[in-house]
Amino acid sequence: MAKYRARRRVDAAAKILCVAATIFGLGWLTLILAALVWNGFGGLSLAVFTQMTPPPGSNGGLLNAIVGSLIITALGLAIGAPIGILAGTYMAEYGRYSRLTFFVRFINDILLSAPSVVVGLFVYQIMVTRMGHFSAVAGGVALAIIVIPVVVRTTEDMLLLVPGSLREAAAALGMPRAAVIRHVAYRAARAGLLTGILLAIARISGETAPLLFTALNNQFFSANLDAPMSSLPAVIFQFALSPYKDWQHLAWTGALLITFAVLAMSIAARVLAARAVNK
Amino acid sequence: MRGRLAPRALPSSRLMRVRESSVADISIPIAQARLSNEVVSRARALRGLIFRDRIFRIVTRAAAALVLALLGGVILSLAWGSAPTIRTFGLSFLITEVWNPVTDEYGAFAPICGTLITAFLAMIIAVPIGIGIAIFLTELCPQPLRRPIGIAIELLAGIPSIIYGIWGLFVFAPFLQAYVQPALINASQPIPILSTLFAGPPYGIGMLTAGIILAIMVLPFITSISRDVFETVPSVLKESAYGIGCTTWEVVRSVVLPYTRVGVIGGGMLGLGRALGETMATTFVIGNAHKISASILAPGTTISATIANEFTEAVGDLYTSALITLGLILFVITFFVLVAARLLLMRLDRKAG
Repeated sequence: MAKYRARRRVDAAAKILCVAATIFGLGWLTLILAALVWNGFGGLSLAVFTQMTPPPGSNGGLLNAIVGSLIITALGLAIGAPIGILAGTYMAEYGRYSRLTFFVRFINDILLSAPSVVVGLFVYQIMVTRMGHFSAVAGGVALAIIVIPVVVRTTEDMLLLVPGSLREAAAALGMPRAAVIRHVAYRAARAGLLTGILLAIARISGETAPLLFTALNNQFFSANLDAPMSSLPAVIFQFALSPYKDWQHLAWTGALLITFAVLAMSIAARVLAARAVNK
Repeated sequence: MRGRLAPRALPSSRLMRVRESSVADISIPIAQARLSNEVVSRARALRGLIFRDRIFRIVTRAAAALVLALLGGVILSLAWGSAPTIRTFGLSFLITEVWNPVTDEYGAFAPICGTLITAFLAMIIAVPIGIGIAIFLTELCPQPLRRPIGIAIELLAGIPSIIYGIWGLFVFAPFLQAYVQPALINASQPIPILSTLFAGPPYGIGMLTAGIILAIMVLPFITSISRDVFETVPSVLKESAYGIGCTTWEVVRSVVLPYTRVGVIGGGMLGLGRALGETMATTFVIGNAHKISASILAPGTTISATIANEFTEAVGDLYTSALITLGLILFVITFFVLVAARLLLMRLDRKAG
């Protein structure tokens, strides 16, 4: 009986530890979000969205950084998403059992977790040194390299979920393969493809390391793709590590904006994905 | 299903037109001419479709090949950029601790050690906790709470790295400095090995802080993979263990964990890969000191933090090249860790499939 009680005690201890681990994990999420709201919410004002990043000691906003982030993110998506979707299409449709698909899937999974700072170095090597200066385009290419593996992965998974009978029905009507893919498979997997793109946006909108050596930063407003461009993460990096209090406050506000935008997008992606899979 | 497929059927109205004209039979040659026109245009349309299909296939294949090319490109360009460093320092670059931009002498030993130590600390913390959360989610948690808690944990992975950095620098490090580190230093004072490991002063920022923040960042990856593999355990196995009187913990320890060992290790390796390459969060809290300390409370540096901090300010070819070489080393290390992780997880897939 004593042995039984000892076993029960061990069991209870293990259960308590598991619950504690969960509380530990959830606790960090709460703590981080609370700190963001606490430090960043006070700085939210119209000026944040209408004024440029200030020199230390004066008032300003984050307009150039926000616009820059939107432009570079859009650029990264415009380059990366089509490539990702096409590659995913090959893997799920034309070459489902080919050796190329096997290798691409393996390498893609590795690129998915590859350090983003290395991507920055790569783009610096192939673009910035060639062009001789930092530019928004280089930043866009760096983000595109991060977008591609995310989109490839979801595109392949979502296209594999499309029932083969749909494709066979379309083929039986005489549709050529390319048309079957574009008009049947893509349409059936539309929500899933969109999920991948949302996930990719969520992933790149907070990326900092690849932008530091490619798009660099810009104190002023610039829409020139061939010149350095400001971005929210780069501004946060610069301002947070500065000794100026007002810069640090702006950094917190920027951090709050990014985090809630990113979390909203990843929740949206999740909801969309659940719908895509259940359908 | 590969290669040529039947062409799209001709629109019925056109067929109708052909038939009508032949039935009307006003002039057979005209009808025949029309018919042959239809045949020709049908053949042309067919060829067009086949051509377009072939183009689409080639384009998608090229996109897939581009993913492979990307990996090769990264390795080649980094190797190309590292050539000056390797020519100047040779293999001793890996084991030299000096990092002096003024005298143009560089060694990667301190950043490599820093990367390995912080990642190791992160693993010590994150693996047991991640597995604990996964056990909670699969075995203990009431059904309606499973999804929300699972999503909340995964949201930790969604928070951008730089946010962990700013939070770590302004909130977490001061907290550690004020409360946790003095206690650690005092408590470990009389114990021989621990006293060097936790030697003061409490800086707040340093290896331990970076390790803890990395642990929080990789926690969701370990949790979600462990949870996924725990769910693959057949309920019959678990039920028979419960049936002979096992407690929940005994079921987990003797049935679930042995069954999913490979997958859990794979998940851990995946987390390790992330922790090794993580940049912005560590850059904020590591302290950027190019030295190796016995104390994990001391500031240090990691490969990624060194690159992020110094790359834009690096002047001189050798300095830049040394930083690119660091990038290459980091990429090679993470590459092997991630390959190992994938191979383990693939073995599991094969077992499940």
